Amino acid sequence: MRFLLDELPFFLELLVSGLLIGMMYALVALGFVLIYKASQAINFAQGEFVMFGGFVVAASMRYHGLSLVLSLALGFGAMVVIGLLMERLVLRPLTGRGVIAIIMATIGLASILKGLLLLIWGPLSVNIPLPIREEPVEIFTLLVKLVAVVGAIISLVFLAGFSFLFLRSRLGIALRAVADNQTVAQLMGIDVRHYFALTWVTAGVVATIGGVMWGNMIGADVHTALIGLKVFPVVILGGLTSVPGAVLGGLIVGAVENLAAGYIDPFVGGGTKDFVPYILMILALMVRPYGFFGEQVIERV
Amino acid sequence: MLTLQNVEVIYSKVILVIKGLTLEVPEGGIVTLLGANGAGKSTTLKAIAGLLGAERGEITKGGIGFNGHRINDRTPAEIVKLGIALVPEGRQVFEHLTTEENLLAGAHTRRNLAEIRRDIDLVYQYFPPLAARRRIEAGYLSGGEQQMLAIGRALMSRPKLMLLDEPSLGLAPMLVQEIFDIIAQLNQEEKVTVLLVEQNAAMALTIARYGYILENGRIVLDGTAASLRDNEDVKEFYLGLSEVGRRSYRDVKHYRRRKRWLL
Repeated sequence: MRFLLDELPFFLELLVSGLLIGMMYALVALGFVLIYKASQAINFAQGEFVMFGGFVVAASMRYHGLSLVLSLALGFGAMVVIGLLMERLVLRPLTGRGVIAIIMATIGLASILKGLLLLIWGPLSVNIPLPIREEPVEIFTLLVKLVAVVGAIISLVFLAGFSFLFLRSRLGIALRAVADNQTVAQLMGIDVRHYFALTWVTAGVVATIGGVMWGNMIGADVHTALIGLKVFPVVILGGLTSVPGAVLGGLIVGAVENLAAGYIDPFVGGGTKDFVPYILMILALMVRPYGFFGEQVIERV
Repeated sequence: MLTLQNVEVIYSKVILVIKGLTLEVPEGGIVTLLGANGAGKSTTLKAIAGLLGAERGEITKGGIGFNGHRINDRTPAEIVKLGIALVPEGRQVFEHLTTEENLLAGAHTRRNLAEIRRDIDLVYQYFPPLAARRRIEAGYLSGGEQQMLAIGRALMSRPKLMLLDEPSLGLAPMLVQEIFDIIAQLNQEEKVTVLLVEQNAAMALTIARYGYILENGRIVLDGTAASLRDNEDVKEFYLGLSEVGRRSYRDVKHYRRRKRWLL
């Protein structure tokens, strides 16, 4: 009993910081979910989006001496351009060729982004200084990194705003119509190309927010792209097509990986974070193949 | 209002599906395009609605004109804005959207929310069962309700011309009658011109004023609905009636040969 009580603060600290990171996973996963919903394409470049968006901001500040605001604008701008180019140069010519072609294209895009980054700025890790205090803050006696709290709040605002847009607005209805049946959406006069572009641009923008937060916490470099590997367990847990599912999946993955790392890493020397989410994912696939909130295919009987 | 002049459609650069089709739909009319499976009826409608691109098909010859515009190379969205709405084969409602959201999606090209609301109410007047199901996901509606929703959704763009692709497919005879009555009513009251593609020739010829018969991508016969109903070949092969009862297979072969020769 005494042992458990001593252990509690450590446990809670791991849990809370895990959940905070989990919100950011959810935000990055949002981009992935939107693209999947709209075009059934799996974006293997989502992690590279995080890396590239984050690094553009980092490099603008460190290498080119620009202000934070200007660098952020550049980072978002770069990802918007990449999203638009993706629609124009890849998706449009591949119309009617099946989803696999698009998925392969995203793998190619991932390599291109990584290569571009190394080519332009080199392999050094660059930290993004944010005007947020470095020292942990105390919340209910728990020590938490302030940047994680800020990141979680921004993520929450974005996710809530997006869910609202998605469910209530006419834009949301059009987007869901595209997701439901592309051909018929065209028959309604919905220009699906605009909505594909919108999903890719959104994916780039949310990834950049994630990239900046991680860039501040652990520095931005090519390895930031590994965040993309976390997105898969997150979206599989939540169900590929659901925004609330992505939030839940993000929270679970964030919390579990952090707890596992805190308790198991000291014995095995690290690395737990990288595989525990996948164990979770495999378990989830066995129990609930559609995820927690995934769309089950409607069958009329 | 709508004219197809010698239209030829090729899929994947090699498969010739429509071989020089010419037809005309006059303003305010109901015209039906009849034909068996694979004759090219749906392809014709897709060509008009600009949907061939997604299936790797293209119009290689001929022209499609609508109220003086040539619409061969327009996007589907532009064609909807010009006033053509297609009710696709097999209903194809947006399953995960509610009934009302489906109707709102149908009004995508319009901006005036008050008018859209009015038209939603109008659709509910024509199709009362939908009103009761407005908050239900469309995937859970019955087949008849889904067909009503598909037609209502097309109405929401305020079309001048409505293309209907086999609205009778998979519906009970009573329902088919009801849907066709409403189509005739929409034509009368809302001044919607109709191009109706059907396999159910008997039903289609009751509301249409003019009809075309499509076989293997070619128009083989056309005429007023009354003249088609009285045509011996049409009776035999599309209406399933004949004065002498079932003909022998040999006669059928003979007919087929004769018809090919006519082409």
